[in-house]
Amino acid sequence: MSEAKMNVSTTAGSGQTTGRTLKINILRFNPQEPDSKPEMVTYKVPEAPNMTIFIALNYIRENLEPSLQFDFVCRAGICGSCGMVINGRPDLACRTLTSKFFLGEITLMPLPAFELIGDLSVNTGKFMRAVSERVGSWIHDEEEKQKDLDALEERMDPDTADEIYELDRCIECGCCISACGTMRMREQFLGARGFMSVARFHADPRDKRSDEDWYEVLGDDDGVFGCMSLMGCEDTCPKDLPHQTKIAYLRRRMVDT
Amino acid sequence: MRYADDMAPWPAVRRNGDGMKSLLEDQVRKSRMPARLDFIQSASGLALALFMWVHLLMVSSILISKDAMLFVTRMLEGSLNPSEEAGWPILVRFAVLGVLFLFVLHAVLAMRKLPANWKQWRTMRSHVKMMKHGDTTQWWVQAITGIAMFFFGSAHLLIMYANNDKIGPYLSSERFVHYGLWPMYLILLFAVELHGAVGLYRLSIKWGWFDGKDPRKTRKRLKKVKWGITVFFIGLGLATFAAYVKIGIERNEPGKIGVPYAVEKGQDH
Ligand code: HEM
Ligand code: SF4
Ligand code: SF4
Ligand code: FES
Repeated sequence: MSEAKMNVSTTAGSGQTTGRTLKINILRFNPQEPDSKPEMVTYKVPEAPNMTIFIALNYIRENLEPSLQFDFVCRAGICGSCGMVINGRPDLACRTLTSKFFLGEITLMPLPAFELIGDLSVNTGKFMRAVSERVGSWIHDEEEKQKDLDALEERMDPDTADEIYELDRCIECGCCISACGTMRMREQFLGARGFMSVARFHADPRDKRSDEDWYEVLGDDDGVFGCMSLMGCEDTCPKDLPHQTKIAYLRRRMVDT
Repeated sequence: MRYADDMAPWPAVRRNGDGMKSLLEDQVRKSRMPARLDFIQSASGLALALFMWVHLLMVSSILISKDAMLFVTRMLEGSLNPSEEAGWPILVRFAVLGVLFLFVLHAVLAMRKLPANWKQWRTMRSHVKMMKHGDTTQWWVQAITGIAMFFFGSAHLLIMYANNDKIGPYLSSERFVHYGLWPMYLILLFAVELHGAVGLYRLSIKWGWFDGKDPRKTRKRLKKVKWGITVFFIGLGLATFAAYVKIGIERNEPGKIGVPYAVEKGQDH
């Protein structure tokens, strides 16, 4: 998803501005080019009403720097492509209003902990796929194959359905991964996105994996015992997934296993 | 996975089949050890943090009076009549050994989490600076204070082990001034209070102790409580520190050094 690059003109409104000029510093680096060195480049952007970082980036690409790389698809906080470090904190560019920054100076960097494609574009997809495979993020049920496909599916308790839905809201933006000190120190760490995925399938009665099975996924210092409860994930997740409670829950379950 | 003999990852394994066996077993079924270690790390941290609060409250009895501190000291030595008689200082030695055990246990387990090499250290530092995120920064504070305590806490414990019978309003003050240990106590005060309070806060989050109806609100509240506790104990600690230093300066004269308060009062130390 994050590799998608479109060129849609999205400059807000009709040339209206708030009168403020934004100073946008972007950490530029293209690992594909042998001579490229990481450098901070500053762009001056006239702020438009209700401007998001994403709109400002488009302005830069259209008017100032056509080679600037960054990702987006949905522009509505749904696809998870536009995660980047905004003034030090990972967040979604399409959901961050420039008016939030009183001083009008905004520094953008690519999400750390992911493979850099160029400038603000990182390969979250590769990482997310690996997490998915590691967790086994699909329903595991040995008997599923013998199931009568015409039979009605079993009813699910509405609270359970809500809980699963809550955890399924993850858009794999990668903010929780970049915001996690443990993740950054230890590459093998599963990371908060992985924990949310485990919590989702753990809560699902259709998934027949036992706590012993989950222990095989979580039960070491690359798993839940490696988490140092720094709460970077909890405090940056743009979809407000319940990291704090779910990681603690998984930890308790795994200690009791 | 099978290794041909000359492909075994390290020489000891080639000679010692048992060592390899336990490693390979981990590929069949994960060991429960990491779970136990995480639990013990937390439990030892909790015990130490609570102990440190009680410890400071006891030590701060000097703020009430010299007699109050003498009373507390003798009481902890097991004296049945602390206003008149000393107890058995050997008990202090046993207590020190108990705390030392917890201390080493916790340190060994918690040190697994510290940055293990320069690259990790640098990454974590730049992460802390970049994020400006309270809980992350506080972890960093915990790491630094933990390392400080590893050295000075051990020193303090060994000094108390050796001087188990030289605790009291005067003799303890001597250590601050005459023996010049005041910087160590000052460092330990800040290290323990910052590290312990952050640690307890983290424990509540880590295990979800006080989640209640709205865990996010609880977390905010816990943070406030944590700061309150830190300020209270550092304040109390500084006042206590000042009291010992003051006595230590008054007693820092030939003829006074080494004379216990109780003896000056005409009792057995
Ligand atoms: C040799 C001295 C010590 C060292 C090296 C040390 C180191 C650490 C480190 C690095 C952590 C973070 C662990 C993690 O994030 O998982 C930690 C946690 C903690 N420490 Fe210490 N510490 C020491 C002494 C103490 C003392 C004296 C206390 C009591 C005041 C204490 C109380 C705690 C608590 C309550 C935690 C949270 C435990 C957890 O997260 O499981 N520590 N310590
Ligand atoms: S858990 Fe939150 S921060 Fe992490 S990938 Fe999902 S939506 Fe993004
Ligand atoms: S709580 Fe755990 S997973 Fe979340 S940021 Fe902290 S260490 Fe990472
Ligand atoms: S562009 Fe889809 S989440 Fe921002």
